Amino acid sequence: MKKFVKLAGLACASAMLVSTVAFAEDGATFKIGGIGPRTGAAAAYGEGVMRGAQIAVDEINEAGGVNGVQLEFNPQDDEHDPEKSVNAYNTLKDWGMQMLLGSVTSAPCIAVEAEAANDNMFLLTPSGSAVDCITAGDNAFRVCFSDPSQGTASAQYIGENGLASKVAVIYDSSDVYSSGIYATFKAEAENQPFEIVAEEAFTADSKTDFTVQLQKAKDAGADLVYLPFYYNEAALVFTQAAAMDFAPMWFGVDGMDGILTGVEGFDTSLAEGVMLLTPFSADAPDDLTQNFVAKYQELYNEVPNQFAADAYDGIYIMKAAIEQAGVTPDMDPSAICDALKAAMTEITVDGLTGSGMTWSADGEPSKSPKAVVIEDGAYKGMQGAAAEEVVEDSTEAMTE
Amino acid sequence: MKKNTNFKSNMITYAMVIAAFAIVQVLRTTGHLSSLMTGLLVPLCVYVILAVSLNLVVGISGELSLGHAGFMCVGAFVGALFTKCTKETITLVPLRFFLAVLLAAAVAAVFGILIGIPVLRLKGDYLAIVTLAFGEIIKNVINVFYIGRDSNGFHVSMKDQFSLGMEADGVILLGGPQGINGISKDSSFLFGIILVLITLFIVLNLIDSRDGRAIKAIRDNRIAAESIGISITKYKLMAFTVSAALAGVAGALYSHNLATLQASKFNFNTSILALVFVVLGGIGNIRGSVIAAVLLTALPELLRGLADYRMLIYAIVLIVMMLFNWAPKALEWRERYLGRFFRKSAKEGE
Amino acid sequence: MSLLSYLINGISLGSVYAIIALGYTMVYGIARMLNFAHGDVIMVGGYAALTMMLSYNANPLVAVLAAIVVCTVLGIVIEAVAYRPLREAASPLAVLITAIGVSYLLQNVVLLVFGPNPKSFQSVIPFPDLKLADGALNISAETIVTIASCIVIMIVLTTFINKTKAGQAMLAVSEDKGAAQLMGINVNGTIALTFAIGSGLAAVAGVLLCSSYPSLSPYTGSMPGIKAFVAAVFGGIGSIPGAMIGGIILGIIEILGKAYVSSQLADAIVFAVLIIVLLVKPTGLLGKKIQEKV
Repeated sequence: MKKFVKLAGLACASAMLVSTVAFAEDGATFKIGGIGPRTGAAAAYGEGVMRGAQIAVDEINEAGGVNGVQLEFNPQDDEHDPEKSVNAYNTLKDWGMQMLLGSVTSAPCIAVEAEAANDNMFLLTPSGSAVDCITAGDNAFRVCFSDPSQGTASAQYIGENGLASKVAVIYDSSDVYSSGIYATFKAEAENQPFEIVAEEAFTADSKTDFTVQLQKAKDAGADLVYLPFYYNEAALVFTQAAAMDFAPMWFGVDGMDGILTGVEGFDTSLAEGVMLLTPFSADAPDDLTQNFVAKYQELYNEVPNQFAADAYDGIYIMKAAIEQAGVTPDMDPSAICDALKAAMTEITVDGLTGSGMTWSADGEPSKSPKAVVIEDGAYKGMQGAAAEEVVEDSTEAMTE
Repeated sequence: MKKNTNFKSNMITYAMVIAAFAIVQVLRTTGHLSSLMTGLLVPLCVYVILAVSLNLVVGISGELSLGHAGFMCVGAFVGALFTKCTKETITLVPLRFFLAVLLAAAVAAVFGILIGIPVLRLKGDYLAIVTLAFGEIIKNVINVFYIGRDSNGFHVSMKDQFSLGMEADGVILLGGPQGINGISKDSSFLFGIILVLITLFIVLNLIDSRDGRAIKAIRDNRIAAESIGISITKYKLMAFTVSAALAGVAGALYSHNLATLQASKFNFNTSILALVFVVLGGIGNIRGSVIAAVLLTALPELLRGLADYRMLIYAIVLIVMMLFNWAPKALEWRERYLGRFFRKSAKEGE
Repeated sequence: MSLLSYLINGISLGSVYAIIALGYTMVYGIARMLNFAHGDVIMVGGYAALTMMLSYNANPLVAVLAAIVVCTVLGIVIEAVAYRPLREAASPLAVLITAIGVSYLLQNVVLLVFGPNPKSFQSVIPFPDLKLADGALNISAETIVTIASCIVIMIVLTTFINKTKAGQAMLAVSEDKGAAQLMGINVNGTIALTFAIGSGLAAVAGVLLCSSYPSLSPYTGSMPGIKAFVAAVFGGIGSIPGAMIGGIILGIIEILGKAYVSSQLADAIVFAVLIIVLLVKPTGLLGKKIQEKV
């Protein structure tokens, strides 16, 4: 038995050596690595990112590349586990990665950023929203909003527009993203004219039954329920709330984007009236969005969510930064990183998730969340402090 | 005679680990080791320690534990908290790291005793499910703990970070589900290998000692062992506690390798993974656990070339390896056709 | 009033655990193995029914029957390929680990075929919900059907095992495989039949799980699978009425724990109660006392 195991070990050992030899620097392309969950319970999010990024890479390559240089994108799975994410990062380093789009989810991103800061590797996370995702070094930037900016903006939006006086919060206490937004929402709520009447958690191990949390919110007389988590769970929340005749205002965050399209067969009338702060809406009428959504649907037969949009923008942001810095593929990753991090603070990018996006040296993007409300199965822009753009209602785009 | 073969077998195990270390160091200094393998070195040590420690319970003591990740979790959090708190006061990294590991082992051992006393009264699958339950409880409880520190000292809350009531200079050390962030990366492959050797030394010596024979006697025939005056509770608890402490060591090593630590990592799947190492490597076979842990940790990484099919192939490989290693028909077939390669390994781990 | 509605919610959740636990306990009781892939067979059943309904516009009843066929075949294949060769292995753990391998395999096959995005499951139950006390209490039709199915399955299984020849053969196999063989019982066939029935039940459980909680992804089965396993142990693993009672009690504890103690610690409470029950009654609520031979 052992001998067999040993033989297999030998095979693996030889594989590990081959992998060191396999990577040869040809210098003809920019090598962009991608890290995110492609298997496991969070796979839907990582897969969106990888597909969105691939579309952007293909577009850029078709149009002649960046400064005439083609891009290469290598997506790696991390199973939403920090340890696996670091393994994926090291795999990509062996491949010759020069810049990184990832990690997709918060906790793995924090682990990867510690490594990337150490190596001075340029890191742009499409959707890692925890503060610490980009704080380990000055090499890291993000496309999405940070948790505090979302939590605070949500609380301000609810308060300043007088949406509700009694607010309940349901959040995923086993998830860094969800509990991070909840914490900042609660901190800001102190300064706002509404009261939090119920704070109910759920965990990854019991995220099918939300009746208790909803019952408590109902009993507390909440007229608005804040849901800082992803659309997968939200679909169940709406179904169960409808069954118990509980119809408060619902307020979501960017993870809620996908509620209309991400859950195949979901009765979208249940999400009627849901408000969310999102940087992206798949039915926005501008050419950029329409073009992206059409391509995504053609390739994958699904409507893209915010993760895909963040990743698509991420690749274009990298392109803008490369052009600004004038880096070339023969430079080593550390030199590229030094040039890009200077360039990031100088560029302005118009993308799917915001126009006129700029970055400060600490890596945070400056863009306004759009507040949208779901009406007739589509997003509709809302008036108010945080809502900058009005997204036109276009139900035709949502036929899927 | 028996003593001698054990001694020889143990020496082979140590030699294997040291040789692996030497080979890796040579490859590393000559620049032949890929980043992936370099990054995997510490996790490999973590899982080797975890597998060996679980084998002590499953293989030697003969009890099925499905909650080993719980002890690992305790060790990981205790070690990481210690390092976070003493980062300024103890600047000598090896000292700080070994203190963290010691503390992690001690606290995990205490948990081992506390959990072992009730659990070891049960038998078989019921014992397994209770260890699973304890593992899940540990994970869930750590998930609601908030610990902060300011000029007045430590603050603990089980509600949220606002209830800590800290001064303006307060820092959150443990943020509930956010876990611990910014842990300094004190671990290294050298430390990992030293811990692996210490673990092997403890476990192999325990097995060959008088106590170890008592533990195995209970495994093989509880009633007979009891009738010759072996205290069942004492010896079972001894194996369980040592195993818990070593799992705590694995946890501490794990947490000092990544910048971030969340309790959600230490779920049922992690416990099961450790069990997979033990069973695949051979129940009661310590060297087998070492090899299986290394192989199965590296395997999914080496399969990355398969892209979307990676985890699928991993699952198939796992099933095939299990069948090949355990099915009586496969063993018979191997004996017949590959007998000369395998004959020697038949009497391992007794 | 809110206590009543929590209890109803608890029973709803518990009924789902119960129906999964029935399959678990059936396989454990006869084949003496913990089939960790059971939760994933449930998930496959959900996908089979959904595919029938979406792609072939099948009537829900036809879809359920199709799911039962798919899962039964799957169960027999898994048993023959992955479990049977290990039945005489030196340690019972070997087959446990293989079951975990099968669980990974099913998850990843479904992930590749259906993609990672969750699918919303249309309830197969055509009845309206039951509203009591002017709509303040709501008992969903899914709950009623699930509980009814549990009771029917429980009675049918018990009768089958106690009254039919095949059922008696199962009991004989579970007691002593060698002796059963000598008595002319086809042990392989009997265990295959057990898996076939267990997996068929999994299909029913999958459809009812997804009808109650209409979100289906490749990982849908794993957590309810573990919870149902806990429920089966709680009731006394191997005992068919025990599985049903264990499931319902587990659901009630989980919901009441969430409601009155802490929503973050609900799982910890469930497991703590389990530990206490097992310490007091080491073979579960209705489990048989195992005689130890000297």
